[in-house]
Amino acid sequence: MAAVLKVENLHKSFKVGFIPKKREILKGISFSVEAGEIFGYLGPNGAGKTTTLKCTLGLIFPDQGQIEIFGHSHLSLEAKERIGYLPESPYFYEYLTGGEFLDFYARLFLLGKKEKEERIRSLLRLVGLERAARLQLRKFSRGMLQRIGLAQALINDPELVFLDEPLGGLDPLGRKELRDIIIRLKREGKTIFLCSHILQDIEMICDRVAILVGGRVISQGALEALVSEKILYTEVTLSGLSESDLEGLGEPVSSHGDRIMLKVFQEDNIERLVALVQDKKARIHSLVPRTETLEDIFVEMVRQG
Amino acid sequence: MKIKAIALNTFKEAIRDRILYLLFFFAAVSVIFSRVLAVLTVGDRVKIVKDVGLASISLFGVLMAVMIGTGLVYKEIDKKTIYTLISKPIRRFEFLLGKFFGLVLTLLIMTSLMSLIFLLTVFFHTFKIEAGLLLAVLFIFIELILITAVAILFSCFSTPILSSLFSLSFFLIGHFSWSLETLIQKTKSAPLKLFIQALYALLPDLENFNFKTEVVYGLTVLPKYYLFSALYGLAYTAFILTLAVLIFKRRDFV
Ligand SMILES: Nc1ncnc2c1ncn2[C@@H]1O[C@H](COP(=O)(O)OP(=O)(O)OP(=O)(O)O)[C@@H](O)[C@H]1O
Ligand SMILES: [Mg+2]
Repeated sequence: MAAVLKVENLHKSFKVGFIPKKREILKGISFSVEAGEIFGYLGPNGAGKTTTLKCTLGLIFPDQGQIEIFGHSHLSLEAKERIGYLPESPYFYEYLTGGEFLDFYARLFLLGKKEKEERIRSLLRLVGLERAARLQLRKFSRGMLQRIGLAQALINDPELVFLDEPLGGLDPLGRKELRDIIIRLKREGKTIFLCSHILQDIEMICDRVAILVGGRVISQGALEALVSEKILYTEVTLSGLSESDLEGLGEPVSSHGDRIMLKVFQEDNIERLVALVQDKKARIHSLVPRTETLEDIFVEMVRQG
Repeated sequence: MKIKAIALNTFKEAIRDRILYLLFFFAAVSVIFSRVLAVLTVGDRVKIVKDVGLASISLFGVLMAVMIGTGLVYKEIDKKTIYTLISKPIRRFEFLLGKFFGLVLTLLIMTSLMSLIFLLTVFFHTFKIEAGLLLAVLFIFIELILITAVAILFSCFSTPILSSLFSLSFFLIGHFSWSLETLIQKTKSAPLKLFIQALYALLPDLENFNFKTEVVYGLTVLPKYYLFSALYGLAYTAFILTLAVLIFKRRDFV
């Protein structure tokens, strides 16, 4: 598969303070994104995710390094014709209505009148804002802005979409809808570049990830390779037993009245626990095995980094 | 085409800005008020109406150009709306030119409206439609175009308040720089003369666009002077816009 985005040895520093002092934010970043995948660019707050994106989109100029999009320079119009971008917190022209806003961006791609209207209508439907077409953006809620921002990013039917914290400001239902949209975009053959520090939502849908800490990519690869299927421990909630009965079987986490929740680390301990419950006519309310998640890896790496 | 889209969007932004209507209101009041002033003073009343009217169009036009122009680019960067724009297939100079033409279009409409009120006021005084006055307005408008470019240049790298100060200074200096000409004639020392000459060449001379007296008093002006003034305005505007593009091209948008 061909790389649609190639970033090599990217460096960027900002001058800060009254007496300007250089602070290096990106310390030599390299990665590449393959056609058709959802690429997660993950890292804690302040790691430099947004800064990397700004370099890629030509908003700021890196001190050093190469960026190629579809084999063109990232600053070329050929590259920009084929990409879409949703910024971190969407900032838009608040004096425009939803419809005018999309119309404006459509014009920048020189879309024909019919094609333009068609595109705008289907995008408003996609992001669930049909009824906000005549509402000024200043009257939009945070989540609505996020949605219109996504519509704007897709106005040219891009092959590569950059999304910076796309789930920010959305309610749980909104998050699910957005995740579905992203998966749908992938099915249509688009490549998605996803920046985020929220992991639960992302890890289910990413094909590959790069993890960024302190301006360096400290790990990258397929998600399966990073996250093992190994069961870390099992969370058991039960009632009808006293804490003293459970000694040696697991590590109690909390108790509410009769209910006790504990972490059980060895498999044979679970069997002994289940036998004990049957024996004493107690009850098990839940039994959840916890596998390693991206979050665990993440926390571990950040701690080491 | 892309420049046109940005220009139209800028136009929409400008005409949805309240400051524009406030300035327009004051301009209209001041044009109409010139009649009251004319009644109160001795001398040629018609001339006072014309003088005050043209001066108001010029002054409020400049205020519109400066107050809106200095915010245009700054606001895009400050409110980060420029992020999505720059990621689209447009070049940075297209963005800047779009902003420029959008504001020029706004000023064209505002100047036309102010002229209309002005001509009506004169009409109620003389019962003649004096279209000749529009020649003076045309050159006021050319000056506004230049001031717009200057406002946009400053707003590429500084805050609206500072840019407004700079732009208004440009306007004031531009209207007094002709006095350097007399200074050159009076200076004896050669190096000093050369220095003042260089300064004069560098500074704008906005009196080139001032045909108010000629038009109000019906003096004849050779066409070549009109032509020279128009070309001077265009060349200076192109120079300022080029500077703005050069600065804007290298900027980080953070
Ligand atoms: N214009 C700037 N001047 C100085 N420092 C900056 C500037 N922009 C960003 N930084 C610094 O660069 C670092 C990385 O910022 P960036 O916005 O890229 O982080 P991020 O990974 O996107 O974080 P988040 O998850 O919070 O969005 C931060 O420490 C920030 O303070
Ligand atoms: Mg960020």
